[in-house]
Amino acid sequence: MGDLGKYLGDAGTRSAIWTMLLEHVYLSLLPLVISVVLAVVLGWVCHRYGWFRGALLGTANIVYTVPSLALFAIIPAIIGTQVLDINNVVIALTVYTTALLTRPVSDALDAVPAQITAAATAMGFRPLRRFLTVELPLAVPVLFAGLRVGSVSNISLVSVGALIGTGGLGVLFTDGFRSRYLAPIIVGIVLTLLLALVVDGLLVALRQWLTPWNHVRGVKA
Amino acid sequence: MIFADAFGWLFDPVNWSGPKGIPLRVGVHLLYCLGAVLGASAIAVPLGLFVGHTGRGGTFLVGGSNALRALPTLGLVTFLYLIAGGGTGPVLIALIVLAIPPILAGTYAGIQDVDRGVVDAARGMGMTGGQVLWRVELPNALPLLIGGLRNATLQVVATASVAAYVGIETLGRPLLDGLRVLDYGQFVGGAVLIAVLAVALDLLLASGQKAIVPRGLRLAGQPTGPKKGKRSQKLVATAAQPDSGGSTA
Repeated sequence: MGDLGKYLGDAGTRSAIWTMLLEHVYLSLLPLVISVVLAVVLGWVCHRYGWFRGALLGTANIVYTVPSLALFAIIPAIIGTQVLDINNVVIALTVYTTALLTRPVSDALDAVPAQITAAATAMGFRPLRRFLTVELPLAVPVLFAGLRVGSVSNISLVSVGALIGTGGLGVLFTDGFRSRYLAPIIVGIVLTLLLALVVDGLLVALRQWLTPWNHVRGVKA
Repeated sequence: MIFADAFGWLFDPVNWSGPKGIPLRVGVHLLYCLGAVLGASAIAVPLGLFVGHTGRGGTFLVGGSNALRALPTLGLVTFLYLIAGGGTGPVLIALIVLAIPPILAGTYAGIQDVDRGVVDAARGMGMTGGQVLWRVELPNALPLLIGGLRNATLQVVATASVAAYVGIETLGRPLLDGLRVLDYGQFVGGAVLIAVLAVALDLLLASGQKAIVPRGLRLAGQPTGPKKGKRSQKLVATAAQPDSGGSTA
């Protein structure tokens, strides 16, 4: 504990940790945002064109099986980025999160009751507007359930990126291990857990805000 | 370009023999995974059965296993390694810790998901608590339980690669060595090996899952009838999906 105090007592260390934390947030949350867009598009394609569904979701399953350390390494070989480019981590995590989200989004779109879409059509909604203002909002709870899993796993996976030289809180683990010093490792673990907790809380709040109808009169969807 | 180097490395006979050969590393990798999944099962399955059967401590269990999911693999491995001062034990413990949540969630969700009507019928026939658990709840829970084992295996295969960082001769080794000496053929070749191993293992377990699930359940297909509370359903949803919960460390 005294070690920990001494380690955190240094202003330079604190500002370095702050930078790593910001990097970590960037590396784990940017993929989340990109994946939401991709998963909504792909989920819609699966929902609309049944034959596409099996192929896409099968691929998604296989992709999700590939360990992150391997994916971080294979991506530059496929798309020709530099091996140590941090975009590899962003792309790898985007691929994972999209693979995770596409199935639930497509299932949620399938589950929208036919009479609701029919009512929207009867009210004169064109397909795009109907999708964006009726079907998609109804899929929000499912989308967010997937996002919560995705955010937790992204935040824990980013630290593996430290092994291939990207930033983030994982650097605290490699630094600590190299210098046989526990304090940075403990700080890294605690900050990662806290970050996961805070992001999860924000996602829950955002879901509540996006689906006000779910908590009017205490009715649960 | 890089892929050509990677295949060059992969098919170089020199890399297929000796103490640093691919077969030995695959063996070490699998041995660690086997040990971790068995160790985690020994803890998580009885616990999941107990909590699922008695219904006590469910909230605590769900919260606890979710928190474990957020634990950074690399952090846990380096932490335990430094505390224990080296050796293979800490890595094995880290792998076990990471394998527990998926197995626990699968077992618990499996038991929770058993149609209450079936359990009531078993009790009505005069079965004791133990009989209900072993002869009704457990067989019915098998699909989700094995789903949990699959998730755990994937997580462990991924984490064992990361464990190469603390000097364990797993398949992560060529990848990290390749990076250190800027031998990208070895780097990507190692990555391809890990990916192939993970996908192959998952396919193997998927066919095992089909074989082990009791015939009656396979015939019945999706369990019908009223489900229990919302919470168990949500858990089932996350446990049943092979791709949930950070299965790739």
